[in-house]
Amino acid sequence: MSDLLKSNRPTAEPWLLEQYRQSIKGYDELLSPDGTMRPQYTGLIGDLTRLGRFDLKHRYDVARRIVHEQGITYNVYGDNRGMERPWQLDSVPFMISSEEWRGMETALIQRATLINQILGDCYGQQELIRSGWLPPALVFAQPDFLRPCHGVHPPHDTFLHLYAADLARSPDGRWWVISDRTQIPTGAGYALANRLVTSRVLPESFRDCQVQRLAGFFRELQTSLAQLASRRTDNPRVVLLTPGPYNETYFEQGYLARYLGYSMVEGQDLTVRDNRVFLKTLSGLEPVDVILRRVDDDFCDPLELRSDSMLGVPGLAEAFRAGNVAVANSLGSGLLQSPAFMAFLPGLCRHVLGEDLKMPSVATWWCGQKKAEDYVLQNMDRLFIKPAFRSHLKGTNPERGMTDSERAELRRRIAIQPHLFVAQERVQLSTAPVWNGERLEPSPVTLRVYLVATESGYKVMPGGLVRVASGLERRFVTMQKGGSSKDAWVLSEQPVDGVSLLHTVGQEVELRRVGNNLPSRLADNFFWLGRYCERADSSARLLRSALNRFNPESTGSTLPVLMPVLNTLIEQGQLQAPTSETKLTAEALEADLLAAIFDAKRPGSLRGIADHLQRLATMLRDRTSNDVWRVLSELDDRLTLPTTAPVVLAGDAIGVLNQTVLGLAAFNGLARENMTKAQGWRFIDIGLRIERAIYLCTLLRNVLQSDDADNPSVLEAVLEVADSTITYRSRYNLLPHIAAVFDLLILDDTNPRSLIFQLSQLQKHFDRLPFEQQSAQLSPGERLLLECSTRVRLMDPAQLAELESDWGEGEVAQLLTDVLEVLPRISEAIAVSYFAHSRIARAGGVGRRS
Amino acid sequence: MRFKVTHRTAYEYAEPVAVSHHVVRLEPRATSCQVREQFAMNILPEPAIRRIRTDYFGNSVCFFTLQELHRDMEVVAESIVNVRLEMPPAPALSAPWERAVEEFRDPVSPDVVDPYQFVFDSLLVRANPELADYARESFAKNTPLLECVLDLNERIYKDFKYDPKATIVSTPMEEVLEKRRGVCQDFAHLGIACLRSMGLPARYVSGYLRTKPPEGKPRLVGADASHAWFAVYCPELGWVDFDPTNNLMPGEEHITVAYGRDFNDVSPVGGIITGGGEHEVKVSVDVEPI
Repeated sequence: MSDLLKSNRPTAEPWLLEQYRQSIKGYDELLSPDGTMRPQYTGLIGDLTRLGRFDLKHRYDVARRIVHEQGITYNVYGDNRGMERPWQLDSVPFMISSEEWRGMETALIQRATLINQILGDCYGQQELIRSGWLPPALVFAQPDFLRPCHGVHPPHDTFLHLYAADLARSPDGRWWVISDRTQIPTGAGYALANRLVTSRVLPESFRDCQVQRLAGFFRELQTSLAQLASRRTDNPRVVLLTPGPYNETYFEQGYLARYLGYSMVEGQDLTVRDNRVFLKTLSGLEPVDVILRRVDDDFCDPLELRSDSMLGVPGLAEAFRAGNVAVANSLGSGLLQSPAFMAFLPGLCRHVLGEDLKMPSVATWWCGQKKAEDYVLQNMDRLFIKPAFRSHLKGTNPERGMTDSERAELRRRIAIQPHLFVAQERVQLSTAPVWNGERLEPSPVTLRVYLVATESGYKVMPGGLVRVASGLERRFVTMQKGGSSKDAWVLSEQPVDGVSLLHTVGQEVELRRVGNNLPSRLADNFFWLGRYCERADSSARLLRSALNRFNPESTGSTLPVLMPVLNTLIEQGQLQAPTSETKLTAEALEADLLAAIFDAKRPGSLRGIADHLQRLATMLRDRTSNDVWRVLSELDDRLTLPTTAPVVLAGDAIGVLNQTVLGLAAFNGLARENMTKAQGWRFIDIGLRIERAIYLCTLLRNVLQSDDADNPSVLEAVLEVADSTITYRSRYNLLPHIAAVFDLLILDDTNPRSLIFQLSQLQKHFDRLPFEQQSAQLSPGERLLLECSTRVRLMDPAQLAELESDWGEGEVAQLLTDVLEVLPRISEAIAVSYFAHSRIARAGGVGRRS
Repeated sequence: MRFKVTHRTAYEYAEPVAVSHHVVRLEPRATSCQVREQFAMNILPEPAIRRIRTDYFGNSVCFFTLQELHRDMEVVAESIVNVRLEMPPAPALSAPWERAVEEFRDPVSPDVVDPYQFVFDSLLVRANPELADYARESFAKNTPLLECVLDLNERIYKDFKYDPKATIVSTPMEEVLEKRRGVCQDFAHLGIACLRSMGLPARYVSGYLRTKPPEGKPRLVGADASHAWFAVYCPELGWVDFDPTNNLMPGEEHITVAYGRDFNDVSPVGGIITGGGEHEVKVSVDVEPI
């Protein structure tokens, strides 16, 4: 096919670049002004042209599929449903010649070194301020100057462990820094993910172009972080501190944590004792040596930094000051992220390093200086004005010019507090080739590069994250919405070691066996994953059973048979209890059943449960397999009705329920097969058993309380919901009989759906939990469980056969009531022993104020 | 005058607390007219960790951790302080306020870097145009700075009603301005915000004030309270204190503990507890002349 396409094309202008040259306006990365191709691109473009349009389209599809399968996403704030956006990647890499890269590397190392020294001075002697090289207001007026961190001496005097810079190429071909990222340099994980996808999609070019590998950079990062540990240990513990699943780069954080082999933790997983940081795990507290933080520094300690932070660890700042834990980047590093510093870097560089700044920053005016302020006020429309510090203030809108009133308002604000504003030259970005579905077209790009501090100075990641602006509008840098990204290939003059780290990444086995060091919060999440999965399964089965038996034409006679099932759903809060006003009409009931499936807003609806599952799966992302993730996402997808959906029919709903039950079976299978013996799986199973026992007891008690408890149709429905129909038939060649059904569902320990089976499984799990093993005495949870299962074992179902009615008053019903009371207490006992992440609270102590 | 100050803070928790971290600033700092002769702080139960350091503003800070289960906790700070009576500078002798503003306008001399940082917004005190308007009435052209501030101090005293029930520690200043009620902390913040809105450096001072019993009545032990006021930086004279709650310039009956940009920098007792449920705090302060 590709041969056919190719043969139709004139050789002079390859099909790939039709109309490309005509669209170029400024500096283009691919073509020189005279129309010749820049040398670093010739190999790649040759390869792509030979592939042909059909093949290239196919490869883009593959790329999209990998992104989807790997679940590479980017969270968009303020977007609840569908918050996770698939990552946008253009597979044509951005090419950088080795010669050009060498120059960039030197310049970037210089810049990182300089910034680190400025940070060290601001948090130390403040000589630069006293000697007039840094305007005092630039430091003192900044909310990001964290006074509690002044005077710290981080290991190796490194404040900036990881640094990123956004670069843009100006029309004259020079690279400019358009922003410095010193707080939390994000995106290195996305760069890695981009490399994984791009190198898989274009393996031939990746091999032939001699592309420098990224793995070395991450190895440097690992080594450098490990060296920060103050404890003398061979195996320092590094954790990645995340703000949680709602953070925009949560995917990346999990991806990096997995790749670097770090536990991903939230603030509440850590605790400070003896002025040291510990991770709360199932088997106790484990020391933490280094924190790679993805939480803004001022949020890291509610005791001494921002008191409203729920993301931090109380006491962390003191442990950090004492040198008992290293934090990367250092607390306080956000200070240098202010664009206002750019105006002073050239002078500082000469003063501090004794050399000229090698890569210029975009022209910057900080209004804190009178001259600059005057200049900015005279050139308001030409410049891009923005807040100098992190704040709620608004600058100019990058998308359009200012209205007269906006200009007046901004002018007024600058006059009141000029130091809060900074203005920058508007940047014209260079363009690079981007696939538009048919051919390549030039699109504006920026390049984010990454550096890590090592013992022998800063090292640059040979590559980076290229961000592509949407559309050809390229007066400014806006990447927030609808932008795409690219891999950056830095070429090597020598052949690159053929062992690609990325192949091993691609085939990384992500199903993990977690040991005793499972963080308590994750154990908690696993437990609820188990409970919600079973809740979804039981609800789906109950709803299916109800809908199957429900027939608008035969309401009168079928309803009584359905009552135990419906009452169970009511008791679990999934159906609305009929009040005296609402007559139970067939239409109302059907609508109610459908709402219990699809209505996300209804408490306890199947859709609501699936949402919970999806959230839990997100939080357990780095501890579960991609398959588990996929199964649970699909569950949620299926239960999400398109907003334009036509009326849902009962038949459709049954189909959805069938698929839900199958999906959950797949989840259980994956969990059991892939996580056996690990603590994670144990907590999933504990949750599942407890939930299953609750549903079963509720259903059976509702049967006993109905007038038709011995009605074979009712019992048939019960067997079906409890997935024991086949088992029953294989044992009893007769219609369901009350005593036999109850025996099978309560006492038969070979039936995996029976109550006693759930209790025995719980017993087995208890025996293996860390705390239970440590003490000779029974724990409170174990005691409850033992008492409960003994009573169940002593029960005699035959007595049910002796009763003719009033089953609800009998011993069996009483036992079920008691078990239903004990189960939540067992659940609580587990939570107290293992999840105990008590809430933190602020204890003020001001008392009376005069 | 010599004072013995006893500042007792007691917590009672509804449920046991597993671990708690605290930061306290209770040790009176030395100033040009104040000598701290003794200081002792007892904490019960005995903390596992106790570290003392000097914070960015030169205040003494104690950080401590309790990590055994506890249901109550008590911190008792006792200090003996000698306050020398220093006549407040005569306001009329200070230079016009415009000169002070000029001093802190770009370019600022590195010599005044320290006071300079008190010109800017801090967490609890932000300059705003409304406050600038309120302040401006006190700042007539070419008037000595301290006369202006004294006038502002008096206006806050008169325009705002002392009302311990109107605000809590975290009440934002906008609300104080609207209600026209508050306590010492609110009035100090208000004064600071007004001065900063004018472009002048102002800082928050936390401490104690000797209270005198009514004529013929005995002094009640423990009935005093923490106090707060503000100070303005005057280029020729340095920092000068003002107490808007009592409409005066502090003399020998004000005991300084700490200063910072606002309450947040000098909060006397703060902590984060893990567990504990509801908790109750009892604070008593006793300022005894000796």
